[in-house]
Order: sequence, then structure tokens, then C-alpha cells
Amino acid sequence: MRVGVITFPGTLDDRDAARAVNRSGAQAVLLWHGDTDLKKVDAVILPGGFSYGDYLRAGAISRFSPVMNSVIEAAGEGMPVLGICNGFQVLCESHLLPGALTRNSDLHFLCRDQEIEITNNMTPWTTTFSLKERIVIPLKNGEGSFQCDDKTLAQLEDEGRVVARYVGENPNGSRNLIAGISNERGNVVGLMPHPEHAIDPLTGPTAQGLGFFTSILNSMVK
Amino acid sequence: MSLDTVAAAQSSPDTKQPFAELGLKPDEYARIKEILGRRPTSSELAMYSVMWSEHCSYKSSKVHLKQFSEKAPKSAALLVGIGENAGVVDVGQGYAVTFKIESHNHPSFIEPYQGAATGIGGIVRDILTMGARPIAVMDPLRFGPADAPDTRRVLPGIVAGIGGYGNCLGLPNIGGEVVFDQTYAGNPLVNALCVGVMKHSDIKLAKAAGAGNLVVLFGAKTGGDGIGGVSVLASETFDSSRSTKRPSVQVGDPFVEKLLIECSLEIFAEDLVVGIQDLGGAGLSCATSELASGGSGGMKVALDKVPLRDPSLSPEEILMSESQERMCAIVEPHKLPRFLEICKKWDVTVTAIGEVTDGNRLEITWNGELIVNVPPRTVAHEGPVYNRPMAQPAYIDKVNSQKVKLSIPHTATEIKEAVLKLAAAPNLADKSWVTSQYDRYVQGNTIQSHPEDSGMVRIDETTHLGVAISTDANANWSYLNPYQGAKLALAEAARNIATAGARPLAVTNCLNFGSPEDPGVMWQFAETVRGLADGCLAMGLPVTGGNVSFYNQTGTVAILPTPVIGVLGVIQDVRTRTPMSFDTAGLDLFLLGQTYEDLSGSEWAFLHGERTGQAPTADLAREMRLIELLLAGHAAKIFHAAHDLSQGGLSAGLTEMVLRYSVGAIIALENVGVALLSESPGRVVVAIDPKKVSDLRELATTHSIKVEKIGTTGGDSLTINDCVIDLDELRHAHTSTFPRLFG
Repeated sequence: MRVGVITFPGTLDDRDAARAVNRSGAQAVLLWHGDTDLKKVDAVILPGGFSYGDYLRAGAISRFSPVMNSVIEAAGEGMPVLGICNGFQVLCESHLLPGALTRNSDLHFLCRDQEIEITNNMTPWTTTFSLKERIVIPLKNGEGSFQCDDKTLAQLEDEGRVVARYVGENPNGSRNLIAGISNERGNVVGLMPHPEHAIDPLTGPTAQGLGFFTSILNSMVK
Repeated sequence: MSLDTVAAAQSSPDTKQPFAELGLKPDEYARIKEILGRRPTSSELAMYSVMWSEHCSYKSSKVHLKQFSEKAPKSAALLVGIGENAGVVDVGQGYAVTFKIESHNHPSFIEPYQGAATGIGGIVRDILTMGARPIAVMDPLRFGPADAPDTRRVLPGIVAGIGGYGNCLGLPNIGGEVVFDQTYAGNPLVNALCVGVMKHSDIKLAKAAGAGNLVVLFGAKTGGDGIGGVSVLASETFDSSRSTKRPSVQVGDPFVEKLLIECSLEIFAEDLVVGIQDLGGAGLSCATSELASGGSGGMKVALDKVPLRDPSLSPEEILMSESQERMCAIVEPHKLPRFLEICKKWDVTVTAIGEVTDGNRLEITWNGELIVNVPPRTVAHEGPVYNRPMAQPAYIDKVNSQKVKLSIPHTATEIKEAVLKLAAAPNLADKSWVTSQYDRYVQGNTIQSHPEDSGMVRIDETTHLGVAISTDANANWSYLNPYQGAKLALAEAARNIATAGARPLAVTNCLNFGSPEDPGVMWQFAETVRGLADGCLAMGLPVTGGNVSFYNQTGTVAILPTPVIGVLGVIQDVRTRTPMSFDTAGLDLFLLGQTYEDLSGSEWAFLHGERTGQAPTADLAREMRLIELLLAGHAAKIFHAAHDLSQGGLSAGLTEMVLRYSVGAIIALENVGVALLSESPGRVVVAIDPKKVSDLRELATTHSIKVEKIGTTGGDSLTINDCVIDLDELRHAHTSTFPRLFG
């Protein structure tokens, strides 16, 4: 089971994502933004950071990198793709996911331990969670407010494509407290909080983020 | 303007030069002429002026700072000492750690966001330059009164700048300080610490050795930002004309720095450089002269090869530019192709601009014409040295002879009021408003960060080896007694490392003071350095490097003497670290150390507008016994929690402990007012299983440290004698101050 982790220029959480993948029992494969070769991985993670310095808009330049052509193609064929934070932003910019991430409503970067509720445990990234399971993982971003038009929001809700929601006070102004969504097929998931930083209580608030990585392993083994 | 070449300088000895405008004194200008045997060219003048500025040359502080070497304790851990970009210490298992703290005070007042951001950028490059991967940053900050309008401008900008830059670099921010005082209005202190890790064999030095080796400039292109920033900004006290200095502040691009970090580390890993230097204050003037000085002295540079963002820049401006995110490496010619390849991979601009020569002169040309021909050591290391006059300021005797007069709480109502007041005081209130703007998780190795006593990062995932760092200063004590203040800050920082179970190993410092031309300030500085050097010798901790920031004053009012002391320690297994608080009920709380009526310079006195009396006397032998006790207790797994007591005394310490995991405590104290408010140094509160009491007492006896039981953990309140404070009420007081002040 090989899970690719993409490094764009300015990616920061690639080592953390690779560590989480390895901790779950899968094998992390480092992918470079300038290569089109996905090295026969079974799934891909777009980690957090500030790819291309967030120039223009977060994720706006990364979507044009050679590796993204391959990711878009593979996603179309059903390969599981997880975008975390900046990765989520790249997926939106690539139109693999609808909507956009805008600046937090209070205009500050926010790093805190965030409770979220898993609202869809059918995606390949969330199968090990029970429905409505609440977990605490770090949230850390400046542009994490999920926005989309009313029609798209209704569609996401009706089709059960909201994968996770913030619990309690809205941390960033996201519509409907959305912390993560999937595409129609369910294989592409974007998540604002950082499960890769919650794989060990020693270095994170909990180990509850590991579920995203064991989910993908389970999904592939099945 | 025509090019001022060396030939022109020789043939026109009487040309008037603007040395005064560049910050040089007449005798300094005369000395340059003497060194060169002619007048300097305008490019040479630019180089000397920035390199001989206070900020770069340490001309006022040098005579004092040498005590750090003269009194240095013998330390087997010290691999690289003072003088390089940053000191390096051995932390075992083949790892070396480098850490340093620097100031970016003046730029941050003028342009808070960019000033603070580029402060992070600069210190990170210093660490990178040693060959290390930067692994964490910390930021001790000081501002004017919390409710002052200008603080509302400066603080949010500085915090956003630190976050904006550090977060984008992928460096966890693991601690710091936020302190307010009237004297910092107009003179905010932005100190930035960075720590990096490498293997012993990877240590890099700033030296240009080997004739024929290439001088390679890589990173951002050179622009007009920060021209003269060093000499104009850092060496001159603010006056009414400050708004005109805006262009002197550098503008940072953390994305470019992130690429530069990854690119440099890949270059280091393949052993492609002979020497390396970052471009910070004084830009190319500094990098070329320091690299050349570090080698045999000979270097030729073609300045016209420097890639420019602004093609209209003159050679003088290129030499002075402080454009960020640039590095200069010495590379053997046969390794250049691979060096270029790695730069290309990371989209980093790279240009060979010169070569190392056999001679002992730094020669810089502009389109083939010689514009600089100097002995590089005279630029980099042999600047003016001042033994400035100093005198104990008149206030010292006055404040020392006055006894601090304060209302001391006795009744339950008074105690509650005092505890809540301290909990909400801006200097002691919860700092999450600040720290939540910093990424503390990135890299996945952060073991401790705010609000723990120290920041701690793991450096080896397999062996669990880690380092802890704390930065501390108590400017109130330093004001009352700068000698004791420095020792006390050192002791506090070391104690903050030891409470977690890490052994203090080495010291860095950032000495923030007013104008050295004021004999009173110079005396404060000299006393501070003497105190710190004596303290380091007594505690066996070598100073590995640091930074001096003078001219932090507005008009005649200087800031409080503010030596920020950083101590680094090592912990063999981060999994065993002792946290600062308890998450279970039924533990016994013990106070280690002796409480005296130390209210002078305390937060309680500050809240009453009092800054009089005498600072406590540092008892460093006792501090070391306490540290040994903490380490022995940690090794014996006695402690559930250990928390240093400092500003705000036991009151603040207990507030922080009960709120950390929302587990209350029941405390019984005699002489309750003083017990809560005194800031006697060398005290720690520990939480232990009642079964371990005899172990603790035995340790206390062995190390001759007073130990007394003060209470037990549990419940939903902080109860002190007959005073009951609900945790929700306490939390509200503690956490609402910053949001109320800063939105």
C-alpha cells in the first residue's frame, strides 16, 4: 500500500503527512511537484503549507504544476486523494472540489486544538470513524473559511458530502461549520484541520487524526 | 553621479564625503583614511559606515562582552563559541544544536509587520548558516502599556509578522514572552530566537579559504530595501523625523526563505561549500568582509554580477542593501555545477560573483573598475572600540533606599481580588491571543510550547532525545539592580528548563538597553554583563553568543535594562518530561524553595505603580541545588507536574496550574498575602503522588532545599485558606484581557 505525499515549493507538512502514513502501516512515497510520475501510488495526499508562497491565492499556482495533471487524471479514475489545509485549497483551485477557502472571519491566522465531528464515514479516508464521532485535531490556517454558493452548499448537504464539521463556535466563518468535503464520487476529500499533527499525544493534542490514515489503508486492503 | 573608483579617490584626496550622514564620527572617518592611506571611495565609505555601526561592530559593548570569554566556565559541550553566526553545543548521540537570539527592535516599531517578520528571517538564516536545519523559534516581546493606542498598532502587527513569516517557513513557535511597560512605548522589543540541529560533522563556518574558490551569491535578488537600515535605524535614537525612515525597513518574503532553507540543506548534505555566510545587517558589505576575514583575507568580487531587482541601484547601494533571503557561499570550482543544479531544483537564483585570492585585500570591481580595495579585517573586526564613560545613575540609590509600600491582602475577599487582579494583569494574563497566531505543530516534534515553562522539541524520533529552551528577563529587577537582575534572569531561564526534566547546557542572550552614550545606561549595561558572566561561571553554563541592542530610548527616557536570557537544555527522553500542571485530583502540592518578603520589583508592585526597593540577591548555588533536585526527581519519576514561580509569584503560578487542565486545588498558607505575592527567586511548585512524599523530602534534604506542603489537587475551584475562587471565574479573568485589548 503506497500513499504519495506531494511536495510543492513552500509545502511544510509533507514530512508530517509521510510520518502519519508510515505510522498507519502504509508506505509513504514522496512525490515532487515538477514530476508527472505518481510512482504507482495507490492514493495521494496534498499536505499543508504555503505552496508557491500563496502568491495570487492559496493553491492558485500549485494547481498548474505538472504533478497536478497526473493527480487530476488519477482522481478521475477513482484514486483516493486527500488535501489537507493548503492541499484542500489546491483541490478547490483544481476544481476537484467545489467552493473556495477564504480568509478566516477574524482575519488572524489561527492555530488551536479543534473538535470536529465526522459527518461522512463512507469516504476512503474516513471509514475507521463512526458516524458523528467527535475527535480533536489541530486547526492551523489563515485562510480556512469555506465558502460556496447556496446551490453548491445545498448539493453538498443533500448528497452527504460534508465529511467533517467544526463543533462549537465557528473558528473561521466557514459556511455550515464545514471542516471538510468530498467530491461526488467520494474519493477526493479536502480537510482544513490537520490529522497528520494528531497521531501521537506526545506531539499533538490526541492520536485521533491517525484514523484518516488507517482508513485509507483499510479501504485499499479491502 | 560618476563612479568613485580607487583611482579617483587617490587623485582627489580633498573630495568632501558625507561620513557624518552615514553615522561615522570625524575620528572614525580619519581612521578609515589612515587604514587606506587615502580617502575611501564612496563604496568603501558605505561599507565602513555600516560595518562600524553600533549594530554590526559592537563598538560600545565589546570591552564588556569579552567577560563572557574570560569568565567562561569549562564546558565540554561547547563546539563553536562566540564569534561565529551562532554558537554550537553538543547534545549527545552525535547531534549538535545551535541557537541564538537577536533583536529587531527598531524596524519593528517603524513597520511592525515587516520588522518582526524579517527579524525571524534573519535569525533563521544565522542558524541555517551554521549548517543546521532550523527546528523552532521563540519570541520574547515587550511593548508599551497594554491599553495605549500605539500598542494597539504595534502589537497586532508584530504578532502577525512573526506568525506570517515563521508559519510560512514551517517552523514551530514554541514560546516567548509578552511584557508591557511604559518605557517600551516607542521602543518595542522584538527579540527572536531560533534553534537548529545538525550532526557534528555538518558544522559550517563563515570562512573564505582556498585561492581560486568561488564566491557564490544565492537567494533573492538584491533590491533597494533596507539600504542603510543597520546604521540609520539601529544606531540612532528616534526623534521627530522618524517617519522619513520608512524605506529603511527590509521587506521579507518567507516563501523565498523556505526555498533557500531547503536548497541550502541539500547543498550542505552534499558537502558543496567551504564556507558560508548569510546576508543580514549590512548585506554584502558584511558577508564579503566577514568571509574574507575568516579566510586568508583575499577576495575579488565583481559587484556588477549581483542580480538586481532594481537595475538602477548604485554600487554603494548594492553593498549596503539589506534585501532579505540571500546567502553567500564559498564553493570549489569543480563543485559549482552541482551547486547550480540544486539551486535550479529549488528555483533559487544563483550567481558566482567573485573568487578567493592569495592576497589579503578585499577587492570589489564595478564593470571592471576597482571601487573597493580594503584589508577586510579592518571592515569586519577591527572597527572602533569605545570604552564609554559610565556612572551609576542617581536613581539607583534613591529607589534602593525606599521600601516598597503595598497593600497586602488578608481577608478572603482581599485575597480573591488580588488573585483575580494578577490573573488578568496584561503581563500575566493568558497569551493565547498571541500564540494562537503561531503554528506550534509543524514538523511534528513539538513536545512543549506555550504555556509550559519551556519550549521543547524532539530531535530524534527513534531515541527520543530532545532539547528545551526558555527565555526570561525581569526588567524590574534589572532596573533596581542590573547585576542581580542578570543573574536572576539566568537562574529563572535555567530553572524553567529543569522543571521539565531537561539539564541546562548553554546560554544565549539579547541585551536590550538605551543609549550607550548615556553613562547611566552604560553602567546598567556593564553591570548586566558582569552579572551574566559571573552567573554563567557560577552555574557552569557557557555563553554561546548573543546580541546587543542599544539606543532603545525616546528622548532621554531609556527602556528598562532588559537582558533577555535564553537557556538551552537537553533531555534524554522527551516522553518522560514533566509538564507544568496536573490533570488529576488527589495529588499533593509542595513548594520547593524559601519565600521571603520579596515584593520589590514584583508584578504586585508594578500594578501599584511602585518600582522601588531592592532586587533579591541571586543565590546561584542554591539555584543549582534546586535544579539538581528537579533533575533527580524527574529521573526518579516523582513529579506529576512542576512549575516555576516567577512574575506574579505563587498566585500566578497556581492560577496557571489549575487552569491548564481545569483541575482545581485546595491550598493552605500562612502569612497568606506575602506567600501569594512574593516573587522570591528559586521556587518551584510540584505535584506528587502522596505516596512519594518521603522520596521528595529525602531529595530536599539531600539538596538542602526547603520543601513544604501547600495543598492538594482537585475540585472546581482554586481555594486558598477560606477564599474560594471558581475556576470559571478565574479563567474568565485570565483569558479575557487580551481579546478585550486587541480584539
